[in-house]
Amino acid sequence: MKDTDIRRLLYAHLLCIFSVILSTFIPSLFLEDFSVLETHLTWLCICSVSVTAVNLVFYLVVKPNPPSRRSSLSHKVGRFLKCCIYFLMSCFCFHVIFVLYGAPLIELALETFLFAVILSTFTTVPCLCLLGPNIKAWLRVFSRNGVTSIWENSLQITTISSFVGSWLGAFPIPLDWERPWQVWPISCTLGATFGYVAGLAVSPLWIYWNRKQLTYKNN
Amino acid sequence: MRLGAGTFAACCVAIEVLGVAIFLRGFFPAPVRSSSTTEHRAESPAPEPSAGASSNWTKLPPPLFGKVVIMLIDALRDDFVFGSKGVKFMPYVTYLVERGASHSFVAEAKPPTVTMPRIKALMTGSIPGFVDVIRNLNSPVLLEDNVLRQAKAAGKRVIFYGDETWVKLFPKHFVEYDGTTSFFVSDYTEVDNNVTRHLEKVLKREDWDLLILHYLGLDHIGHLSGPNSPLIGQKLSEMDGVLMKIHMALLSKEKEALLPSLLVLCGDHGMSETGSHGASSTEEVNTALVLISSAFERKPDPGFEQFKMSERLHGNWIKRYLEENSSEVLLNLGSKVLRQYLDALQTLSLSLSRQVVQYDMYSMAVGATLVLEVRLMGVGNGTKPLLFKVLALLLLSIPKALSPAAELDVPLSSPLFSLLFYLTILVLSAIHVVVCTSTESTCYFCSMPWLAAGGAMLLMSALLCAIVSALTKTVVSAKRVGKNPAPPSVRWSELDLLILLGTMGHILSLGASSFIEEEHQTWYFLVSTLCLALCQEVCRNHFLGSDGDPQCGLREEPGPEGAMLTMQDGAEGCAALEEDRTRAAASAFERLGSMEQRMVLASPWAVLCCCRLLRALNQTGVQGAHRPDLGHWLTSSDHKAALSVLAALSLLAVFLLVQRRCSPMSKVALALGLLGVYCYRAAIGNVMSPWQRGNSDISKGIVEARFVYVFVFGILFTGTKDLLRSQVAAIAIKARTVGLWEIYSGLVLLAALLLRPHNLPVLVSSLLVQTLMAKFVWKPLNHGVAEVTVMHYWFGQAFFYFQGNSNNIATVDVSAGFVGLERYVEVPAVFLTAFATYVGPVLWASHLVNYLSSESSSHSALRHACFCYALICSIPVSAYIILVTSLRYHLFIWSVFSPKLLYEGMRLFVTAAICVFFTAMDQTRLTKP
Repeated sequence: MKDTDIRRLLYAHLLCIFSVILSTFIPSLFLEDFSVLETHLTWLCICSVSVTAVNLVFYLVVKPNPPSRRSSLSHKVGRFLKCCIYFLMSCFCFHVIFVLYGAPLIELALETFLFAVILSTFTTVPCLCLLGPNIKAWLRVFSRNGVTSIWENSLQITTISSFVGSWLGAFPIPLDWERPWQVWPISCTLGATFGYVAGLAVSPLWIYWNRKQLTYKNN
Repeated sequence: MRLGAGTFAACCVAIEVLGVAIFLRGFFPAPVRSSSTTEHRAESPAPEPSAGASSNWTKLPPPLFGKVVIMLIDALRDDFVFGSKGVKFMPYVTYLVERGASHSFVAEAKPPTVTMPRIKALMTGSIPGFVDVIRNLNSPVLLEDNVLRQAKAAGKRVIFYGDETWVKLFPKHFVEYDGTTSFFVSDYTEVDNNVTRHLEKVLKREDWDLLILHYLGLDHIGHLSGPNSPLIGQKLSEMDGVLMKIHMALLSKEKEALLPSLLVLCGDHGMSETGSHGASSTEEVNTALVLISSAFERKPDPGFEQFKMSERLHGNWIKRYLEENSSEVLLNLGSKVLRQYLDALQTLSLSLSRQVVQYDMYSMAVGATLVLEVRLMGVGNGTKPLLFKVLALLLLSIPKALSPAAELDVPLSSPLFSLLFYLTILVLSAIHVVVCTSTESTCYFCSMPWLAAGGAMLLMSALLCAIVSALTKTVVSAKRVGKNPAPPSVRWSELDLLILLGTMGHILSLGASSFIEEEHQTWYFLVSTLCLALCQEVCRNHFLGSDGDPQCGLREEPGPEGAMLTMQDGAEGCAALEEDRTRAAASAFERLGSMEQRMVLASPWAVLCCCRLLRALNQTGVQGAHRPDLGHWLTSSDHKAALSVLAALSLLAVFLLVQRRCSPMSKVALALGLLGVYCYRAAIGNVMSPWQRGNSDISKGIVEARFVYVFVFGILFTGTKDLLRSQVAAIAIKARTVGLWEIYSGLVLLAALLLRPHNLPVLVSSLLVQTLMAKFVWKPLNHGVAEVTVMHYWFGQAFFYFQGNSNNIATVDVSAGFVGLERYVEVPAVFLTAFATYVGPVLWASHLVNYLSSESSSHSALRHACFCYALICSIPVSAYIILVTSLRYHLFIWSVFSPKLLYEGMRLFVTAAICVFFTAMDQTRLTKP
């Protein structure tokens, strides 16, 4: 493992963090009375789109994993469609889990679904970019000690920290502080975002510090 | 002295119950009573103020009213009279209020808004003590000074009709009375007719001065169907009619009498949006109060007007001087006056709250010390050799209690500590003497007989010595272990981590009042997370194969906590290569075909769905209580058919789930018993009965309920007989399992009888979840005893809240205490109410006994489970006691923290009973050859 790899990872992550931060500030230039809390759904959409775009661009430019053997157009289109289907499935999966956790079934369904979308953006989209629609690879990466590169390692860290963030984000909801951000699902989306950003920031550092212990099969 | 871990735990919990009892007695202040003046007045009925008294009246003031009628309507919320409902259904009262021969107020009831404390408050003018809630069911004679006593002493004749509580509180004050019992909540016409039928005669008579009427029907309707039911309107119109009748009669008499008469319409407490009461929400606290008399014809009252005028002038003066005069002297003066006002206010409120809240700190300290010492002792004894894993999570790293021997040394006879022991006793008794002989000590602990106090002190010092010796032993053994190289590295699985974090998080959350109010959310959240963690573990187990390397997990569904729990540490190398793993996964996909595997994979999700459905059944807590839920939909009278079908189906499902392991005899008994349960519900009018058209005759269902009791006792008796037989016969294990299961099914039958019909699905899901988890999760995954115990505890807590309970006195279902009883009998009623409230924890604990004794191979499993159960139940209690002591001047101490304290105390008591049961089971096994 070379230090250049880690540096590239760091830059990529900084780009992602930057896109999240921009998504909170840029829209207020175009849209009137835009704020993260009051027009939360708009912010969710914008943030989700920008993070997805950055991930895609990054994937196309850097190509962290080796190109597949077949590269016909139809194959690429099929792969892309498959990715879209996976993304939608993960959104619905998350939605079901939120409802099982106690989110209201009918009212606020749009809010719940957008929360599912943003959580999928933070977790599923990087997986799809990096690993492709390949369940076996996913299982491998997320099993204990199954990672083969620093990219996959950082993927693990950001995904888990997003989940933990949204899990912790549910805690303030029952408190009676009557703050605007305690409304479902704002605290959870904010938690997920903070978790994602924290994961992005921490993972290069963590990998850098543990670079002696980390030995991957491929390099 | 050597003890089994289970026995040790049971003893610990028993001592803790003692400690909590002393703590509670000290915590809940005995209300500041004016009993001394009562006794004084009892001697001289009409006391003449002596010459030097503060009052400057030399004679009693002349009476203002001739006759007084107090019409108390239970749960008369303010908007029933002054709101839109009042305008619609109470036209006469509205007319009186508007015309002006009356004064109307919104009266604020101090919590607890329960009838008996409220009556006391109305009659004595004092703030009710919280202990009165417990005494609500069994009201003793009111000894304090009160209006009725004074009235009687002044020779007034008092007549009372209505709630029996009054007759118990004032047994000798009424010249005539007729009490109606308030416990058959489903009856809302008969209770009021019992009161109204006397009116005709009484209003014509002249031989009374004070007439008190207490109408219960409105409250009963509220409990049955909430404040928005159509029945409320009918009842309000009826009350309006009664009031008009009384008022007319009084007016017609007034012409002959010298003095005008007074009619008081009031409520004792309000009604929350769900129809219950007891807490301190606005709807429960605000009640209507209307004083009607011809003396109140609206004429300007000069005194009042003058007062208001002078007040306004004074205010204006200060304001003008402060604003317009910029002179520094005046400004300083003004701010000084302001500060003085504020200071005075603060002192006033402080002294008031001090007077209301006189904590008996000494008793509290004694109780808390006892509890903490026991807990420390548990921990101290626990921190011996290291073998076991999960209890490592639970503060005490790896108790010896869980080592194969499962016996521990309780160091009591060590001679070294006898000196310490005597010293502690001396110090404690010195403190006791000093505290008790100091100025006006009113604490409970001093009033206890010396023998009991001495016993408590003996216990305290003995425990202290035991702790010290246990700790020294631990330190010594730790040193010895420290010399030995490398203690075995304990690897925590995700589940253990979750259990540890969940327990700690729950304890921390007890410090915030909103988390206590919404504690159900905590448990639902934890249980959902537990299900997802189990799901992750099931998947990993499945895709790796049972023989797979436990170090390498695979996870399928990226659930939030699944991810959290998949703590990755890249440092540790894993031998399994990718090819192996993919092969294992492929074979796992093939194995999906088998039914068993599919069930294993699906069962955590099924449990999760079950829990989500139950969540929608009963909304509890404070923020969510007013939201519509399935339970209210079912109990409303329009959906009786749906409720009947649901109840019947649930009872059928209960039978199917329970019968499979019973002996044939108890199978029949169970079926008949469940049939009896349905008959009972049909008899008291909750559900429709298929063979009886027309629901005119609503009885108390005594016969049906006793029919069920017979079967409950029968099944319990058979179970006990089997257990006893297993001691002597050769087929011990089988008889024992069957016996335990029969006791379990007896409890289920009792629960089916006591739970309200819309809560029967909770019982069914509880059984279903138990079956699913035992069969498809705990057994295949081979969870440790401690893990299974903690999971049982969590599910028990969640089901406690699923059935509609909360940390609020109002949600206790008192009606369960009267199933099958003609009238209030204390012991069975208290037992039945406690059982109905704690059905969830009790059923889960008894399932734990069943599961462990049938599935586990290790013979000390029960002891471990008992130890863990006692530990995990009492950790929150001891933490909570410390929290409450430190928060005792919190604003919400009475409305939020104290009810929770009562619940915790009761929970500990139930835990003690369960632990004794565990130990008994354990003993039976010990004596087995």
